[in-house]
Amino acid sequence: MGVDQTAFTAAMLDPGMKVPAGLTDPEGRNAGKRFNVYRNNVVLSLTEALITAFPSVCRRVGEGHFRALAGQFLRRHPPKSPLIMFYGDEMPDFLAGIDSLSSVGYLPDLARIDLARRQSYHAADARATDPGALQALTTEALMEARIGIAPATRVVSSPWPILSLWRQVMEGAEEAGTVPEARAEDVLIARPEHDPVLIGLPPGGAVFVTGLQAGQSFAGALDAATGAAAGFDLAATLGALLSGGAITKIIGKDEG
Amino acid sequence: MSNHAKTLAIAGAVAAALTAHAAAAQDGQVKCYGISLAGANDCAAGPGTTCAGTSTVDYQGNAWTLVSQEECETAALPDTADGHPRRGSVAFSINRDLPS
Repeated sequence: MGVDQTAFTAAMLDPGMKVPAGLTDPEGRNAGKRFNVYRNNVVLSLTEALITAFPSVCRRVGEGHFRALAGQFLRRHPPKSPLIMFYGDEMPDFLAGIDSLSSVGYLPDLARIDLARRQSYHAADARATDPGALQALTTEALMEARIGIAPATRVVSSPWPILSLWRQVMEGAEEAGTVPEARAEDVLIARPEHDPVLIGLPPGGAVFVTGLQAGQSFAGALDAATGAAAGFDLAATLGALLSGGAITKIIGKDEG
Repeated sequence: MSNHAKTLAIAGAVAAALTAHAAAAQDGQVKCYGISLAGANDCAAGPGTTCAGTSTVDYQGNAWTLVSQEECETAALPDTADGHPRRGSVAFSINRDLPS
């Protein structure tokens, strides 16, 4: 016995390092080859996990290229949790820091959507409120109310037409040649039924939703959204929240 | 905008959102069996789970995709190898195109 854990972990992720001293097999012999098999399995399984975790990034850059990126990523950001379905939080920032990918500037935002879909999928269930509840209050009371947002709700705000690009990468074989109109897009990720859905938000929509998520009043979130986008389309944003089943309750000023 | 006009605008936006939502709700998505392409059935669970893209056969009868009811019933699918027409099913999984 007596293998240092720090040395073991370092050698596990760096094939250039020597096998840590002191590893033995059940017969007491040096276990160098076994360690090499082990570290190969660790890297390969984490690479496969990242391919599953970031389908749009993998498709956009191609699997061969993505495997190489994954090899760098997993060495810089090994999993911090045994819950492998959440692995890869640092991927968007990691991709943004790779010089050779700077020509695909929207790649980090594709990764953000992949991450948000997974987080949404695994978030707690919540029952959507009856949409009519929005009209049960006077407009003045609604303005002062806070809106409960389902735990499965995420928002990705991008300077790129990111929803169009994500759909094109994931679905659009026949449209692969067309380039989406250059504009900023915000995306609502919500889970009205079994699986997360992606819904486009109008300009300012992301500000409105994140404001509500942070516990701002309806009026507070509306002011912030109107400040961010002068012609903020409240009806379209509410429509996106309703169709995503993302509104769970309306909390009047004097309640909770 | 005066306070009164603002209140009216918000009430209008809420009403418009509800109306649009009520119209869209009738076209709700259903689980449609038997129309997925291999490995493309919907699932966002990610690594370490068992559901992502597990269908191994095109149009596998017990794999589903969320689509509207109309789209499910009218999906244009090629006939089976022995010449029977393929249809999607919203009710239950179908006993065809199962992985051997």
